[in-house]
Amino acid sequence: MAIDMSQFYQVFFEEAAEHLASMEALLLAIDPGAPDPEEVNALFRAAHSIKGSSGTFGFQDMMEVTHILETMLDRVRKGEAPLTDDMVDASLVAGDVLKNLLAAHKGEESADREAAEAICHRLEALCRALDAPAASAPAPVPPPAMASAELADAPAGTGFDLHFVLAGPSDGWRASLANLVTELQGFGLVEVVAAAREEHPECHLRILSDIAEEPIHGVLDFVVDGASLRIEPLARKADVEEAYGLFDDVAVATDAWRSSDDAYGFFDPLPAIAPAAVAADEAYGFFDESEVASLLARQQAAEPYGFFTELPAVEAAPAVPAVVVQEETAYGFFEPIVAPPAEVPQVAAPVVAHVEPAVQPVAPPPRKPAPKAAGAGDSGSIRVSVEKVDQMINLVGELVITQAMLTQAASNVDPVLFERLINGLAQLERNTRDLQESVMSIRMMPISVVFSRFPRVVRDLSQKLGKHVELKTIGETTEMDKSLVERITDPLTHLVRNSLDHGLETPEKRRAAGKSETGTITLSAYHQSGNIVIEVGDDGAGLNRARILSKARERGMAVSDTMSDQDVWQLIMEPGFSTADQVTEVSGRGVGMDVVKKNISAMGGRIELDSMSGVGTRITVRLPLTLAILDGMSVGVGPETYIIPLGYVMESMQPERGMMKSVSGVERLIQVRGEYLPVVCLHEVFRIQGAITDWSRGIMVVLEADGQSAALFIDQLIGQHQVVIKSLEANYRRVPGVAGATIMGDGRVALILDVPMLVGMARRVMPAAA
Amino acid sequence: MLQSAQAATGQESEESGFAQELLTFTLGAEEYAIDILKVQEIRGYDAVTTIANAPSFIKGVINLRGTIVPIVDLRIKFAVGAAEYTPFTVVIILNIGGRVVGMVVDAVSDVISLKPEQIRPAPDFASSVDTAYIMGLGALGERMLIVVDIERLMLSSEMALVDEAAQ
Repeated sequence: MAIDMSQFYQVFFEEAAEHLASMEALLLAIDPGAPDPEEVNALFRAAHSIKGSSGTFGFQDMMEVTHILETMLDRVRKGEAPLTDDMVDASLVAGDVLKNLLAAHKGEESADREAAEAICHRLEALCRALDAPAASAPAPVPPPAMASAELADAPAGTGFDLHFVLAGPSDGWRASLANLVTELQGFGLVEVVAAAREEHPECHLRILSDIAEEPIHGVLDFVVDGASLRIEPLARKADVEEAYGLFDDVAVATDAWRSSDDAYGFFDPLPAIAPAAVAADEAYGFFDESEVASLLARQQAAEPYGFFTELPAVEAAPAVPAVVVQEETAYGFFEPIVAPPAEVPQVAAPVVAHVEPAVQPVAPPPRKPAPKAAGAGDSGSIRVSVEKVDQMINLVGELVITQAMLTQAASNVDPVLFERLINGLAQLERNTRDLQESVMSIRMMPISVVFSRFPRVVRDLSQKLGKHVELKTIGETTEMDKSLVERITDPLTHLVRNSLDHGLETPEKRRAAGKSETGTITLSAYHQSGNIVIEVGDDGAGLNRARILSKARERGMAVSDTMSDQDVWQLIMEPGFSTADQVTEVSGRGVGMDVVKKNISAMGGRIELDSMSGVGTRITVRLPLTLAILDGMSVGVGPETYIIPLGYVMESMQPERGMMKSVSGVERLIQVRGEYLPVVCLHEVFRIQGAITDWSRGIMVVLEADGQSAALFIDQLIGQHQVVIKSLEANYRRVPGVAGATIMGDGRVALILDVPMLVGMARRVMPAAA
Repeated sequence: MLQSAQAATGQESEESGFAQELLTFTLGAEEYAIDILKVQEIRGYDAVTTIANAPSFIKGVINLRGTIVPIVDLRIKFAVGAAEYTPFTVVIILNIGGRVVGMVVDAVSDVISLKPEQIRPAPDFASSVDTAYIMGLGALGERMLIVVDIERLMLSSEMALVDEAAQ
């Protein structure tokens, strides 16, 4: 019954990466002076999940690192030690090491064993440092050991006998058991009746606590082979407890923190232990009704935890006064053994609880992550590969085209005779549009996915550079296409690093300039007319115009002192251009801004710079919202049809004679509401034969792009469509003035105009024409 | 260039060791042959959408089941035959290294198989097709076939089908 674990590796990798990311976010957000207990708990949970799952999958290296990390966090969590900056730093480094190890297991990088060992030592040292003050404090007196017989004879209380076989190779058992005991001590007293040995793999622990068995399950599930697990109640009279998550509640017991090694043995206490019927293998305990009810409630409410949440399904047969808590797995190895299960809501008073998995192999395979039991309160999300979503988007794109074709074909039929057909088509159109919108929204992700990495970047870099930096993020919920999210990350990182290194001054300089020592980097994102705009701003020294110009001259670029600021700033995006005095580790080699610019234009975006000396610099990146579909206006010029993305269109009008103004004898300006706009004639730009040339017979479309306006002269407006953007470059080349292509309702191809470029052309062409 | 093209041909045919299947088509009075594995389909000439400022032999783009495909008229490119578009005008859709390109020819003749020894090296001669793109001359009875390395031709800069950077 060997089970191939590798099929679950991918799940593990994804989960671990998520836990690592959330850990890092928490660490960066946490205030070491006054940590929020919730955050510390969340940190601990993240570390714990990684440890548990890496242990299960046999990634020992990751487990070792997380174990020490978890031990340290556990002490902080229990309030036994204050959180220090050093701990946060060490934890961040540990996170990096884990990422590296994770990547190594994926086969992407080679594992850095030295770093892993180094961080283990560092964390251990931190733990030891914690021990010192803890020892001097009036520590709880180590409980006297107690013979198991005494334990059993102790007066009323509850508890469980736990029989199980540890997962993983036998050489790791000792450590796993030690961990487990430490973990279980959170619930109450733990006694090791029989530790795992090579020849006798089954462990026997006894826990004395009034806690329900579910949290114990939760703990055990990570390290124990599920099939072998038996939890047997020791005694009766359980007080009903509130249902908590797995770790939140841990009634921190009397136990002092123990390093994992001394966690063996018998720990005491217990005021009240019931004379339990500790039968050899099967122990029956008596719960009262409320206990069972709460157990059930807990199951409904239990948070999905990691991916091993294996919620025992509780079923009851009212006739037989027994509640059968049986392990449910999706694989059907374990047949339920007891009684026909029935629905439970009302359970007869004294019931016998009993856990008994059907199969107990001697050396069973490690536990499989099984699908969660129904109704387990999942977060309601599923993992789907991007290819599937993309395929769906493509198909919907085709559907939109087909629908448009049908609508066009039906436009000639008699609306009275074919009323039903036309109604049906109208409905199809609505449905198609809705479907398209919902499919597109699948791909949308909040930009916080990108922004969340910057606190770390800023933190590391500001430490390295000795600058005080505060990072502000605005508009993190702004959504953008997933493919864009992935591609914008690197350019944005570069921009942030640039701002930090070149933009912000050192604290001394800032003080001298009368600014606060802490510089601010602002990351903001928002939507603007079909674009997503991302801004990286700093309140640093601003760009140095004179320096950029002199550098440009050194490099033999054609520059003049009369250039506009905008044009000067654009120079820094030329390949190889750097104004940094020294090449540092961070930047200064002059590669970067040009690459950023190239990447962003490859995404169909644009980059702008604004800067004011002494006040700061702002870099604005504009990207199309999605790469796939846009709202467009179709226009006719001569025999051709073009699409203008609707986001750029301000208005359209039929020009009158008087509106056209000439410069140097050429009519190239149009006066619209007191503003003079340059005119671009599409038929001239694209050399189209047979187009209207008389101003008064055509149409002017006022376009705005990149903060500039121009009027585009065309023959006629045709209509408004939602168009699916098709790449022209896939089989052809990039065409100036054309942003892409689409397929119209009649199956013909129409080209989508590159409005920013046409508007820019207006400014360049004008002087030539004049 | 010519040598390398021939060398490549020679190597290929030695490796395959058997006859090569070729699709033949006519441009004016000349008969050309191209590797059939590069051909995706053959279809009639549809209305195209012209592309601004493109060379005259690039007729424009068509919608081939959702894909935008550029159409090249080889008759204009090589100045042979009459560039008329009738219901019988044929477009050969090629799939070259993942790129789909259509080319207009006068007529598609047939599929033939030529053994390596039937393909002779082309002498350096003046022709409308640059000899750099000619793999050789095939002899099939009375017929002489100009075997064209269509992939190189279509991806060459003079066809202006590919961005400079992509080459």
